[in-house]
Amino acid sequence: MRTLRLLTVGTLLHAKQISRSPFEVAIALVVPVVQATLAVYLFRSGGEQHRLLEAAVGAGVMGVWSSVLFGSGGAIQNQRWQGTLEMIMLAPRRPALVILPITIATGVTGTYALLATLVWGRVLYGIRLDFAHPVAFVVAAVVCVIGLGMFGLLLASTFVLMRNANALANTLEYPVWLISGMLVPITVLPAWTTPIAAILPTTWGARALREATSGGPVWPSILLCLGISLVCLVIGALTLTHVERRARAAATLALA
Amino acid sequence: MGSDYAIEADDLRRTYRARTGWLRPKRTEVEAVRGVTFTVGRGELFGLLGPNGAGKTTTIKMLNTLLIPTSGTARVCGHDVVEQTKEVRRRIGYVFGGDRGLYDRLSALDNLRYFAELYGVAPREQKRRIAELLELVGLAGRERERVEGYSRGMRQRLHIARGLLHSPDVLFLDEPSIGVDPVAARELRRTVGDLAATGTTVLLTTHYMAEADELCDRIAVIADGEIQALGTPAELRRRADGLRVVEVEAYGVPETAVDALRGLPGVRETAVEVKGALQLLTVHSDAHVDVQGDVLRELAGIRLGRVNSREPTLEDAYVAIVSTA
Repeated sequence: MRTLRLLTVGTLLHAKQISRSPFEVAIALVVPVVQATLAVYLFRSGGEQHRLLEAAVGAGVMGVWSSVLFGSGGAIQNQRWQGTLEMIMLAPRRPALVILPITIATGVTGTYALLATLVWGRVLYGIRLDFAHPVAFVVAAVVCVIGLGMFGLLLASTFVLMRNANALANTLEYPVWLISGMLVPITVLPAWTTPIAAILPTTWGARALREATSGGPVWPSILLCLGISLVCLVIGALTLTHVERRARAAATLALA
Repeated sequence: MGSDYAIEADDLRRTYRARTGWLRPKRTEVEAVRGVTFTVGRGELFGLLGPNGAGKTTTIKMLNTLLIPTSGTARVCGHDVVEQTKEVRRRIGYVFGGDRGLYDRLSALDNLRYFAELYGVAPREQKRRIAELLELVGLAGRERERVEGYSRGMRQRLHIARGLLHSPDVLFLDEPSIGVDPVAARELRRTVGDLAATGTTVLLTTHYMAEADELCDRIAVIADGEIQALGTPAELRRRADGLRVVEVEAYGVPETAVDALRGLPGVRETAVEVKGALQLLTVHSDAHVDVQGDVLRELAGIRLGRVNSREPTLEDAYVAIVSTA
């Protein structure tokens, strides 16, 4: 119960802290809308007018992923800059319980991207919001956000150790978009990318949302997204305990 | 409670290793702490005093589990700081000076609520404890304002409240009065004194002599990563017994003249402090040798201001200890 309380209070307060940053707000307002616009024009020029809703949803998931990726990396780096990383790691709690609320909070604030792209598509391009499975879409969106937050924990374990975490975050953004099939179907990618895609929670989260939008067996994808995310959570928690000790040995919790 | 001591440090050492460059990496090593040994009794207010870069913060970070020592051992309330981190962390509070360490875009209340959760303060206790601490540090009524609008003194007081949320047995204060105005610093000293009076063990690092003198039961003077002297303020002051201090205000003193002062018979130490255009020369000499006349002769032709000969203070003792390190 105390753990759940810590996770809830921590997530809410970190979401509050992130959403009060003018920089974060500006990025969250502009980037998803630009991505959605590009996606819509790509699909239109490819003669796939009937898949515009999928394009908007795909761009939304890209926004959630960017938020988690830069949020997890950026949040750890920001905590380091503002001197709070040492303070929270000093708490008598498992490191995973301290970092998980931060990464889930980045997923929660990233939800805006999903909503924004749908509203943008409806208002500007008249895309009808006809979801094949509306209830499953909501469930898939929630699972996707929580799942990405858990995946973020695995990423964060590396970010705690690296003083230049942003560099790693930058290199991961586009490859994961592509490989997870957020916009382009996985089937058109080279065969060697398939096994990598299969183990990424982003692949199954994006697939679940696509299936909930245009029809298909949504629930297996949701369960796979959740399952892989839980594995990420366990590996992330174990790694973080190891990494925290290494960070204390290497003196990387503080800036200097 | 196990051990008789709240803090035990035995031959603590810490080396920082850094690597720069990729193709031809250059490795550097800095030995920040070189064999520090001391104990702090329960309820004692112990000071670590030293100049910038002396190894104070590194020592405190090894004791509060943020850094793993390169060698040596340390225990807090009988628990090893490397192997029993959770036990140690439950019993300690850590407060450092400066603007950082708080969530600026959250209110003081949100900051305290979050840290109360992190430190496992029971939910039904939280409200009372937070109100009590806000009262103690004089932030009651301002707790719903965002921290980014706080002055440095207010942030520092919030830091202290955060460090005390879980009623720690040992409180580490790392230069808490840095950058704080004199009135706020006096308030801070009063709060720290009150904490020690209620039985909390306090380890305070500072480079303000007066602060250490006023607050600490014992002081360890640290320089170049080693403890140079350890004792009560009175004991340390006696280190300056047999000394006489001559202070001269001067303008445009060349380095050669300062070197000449160092060579005068009876002179032990010479320091130059630059205050704008003014240079304040401090000459420590044996008390039985009157060096004032010789000093003024060496400075002939240089524009001088006030000249003063006086008894040594604790600060002079500190300067003497640090400069011989």
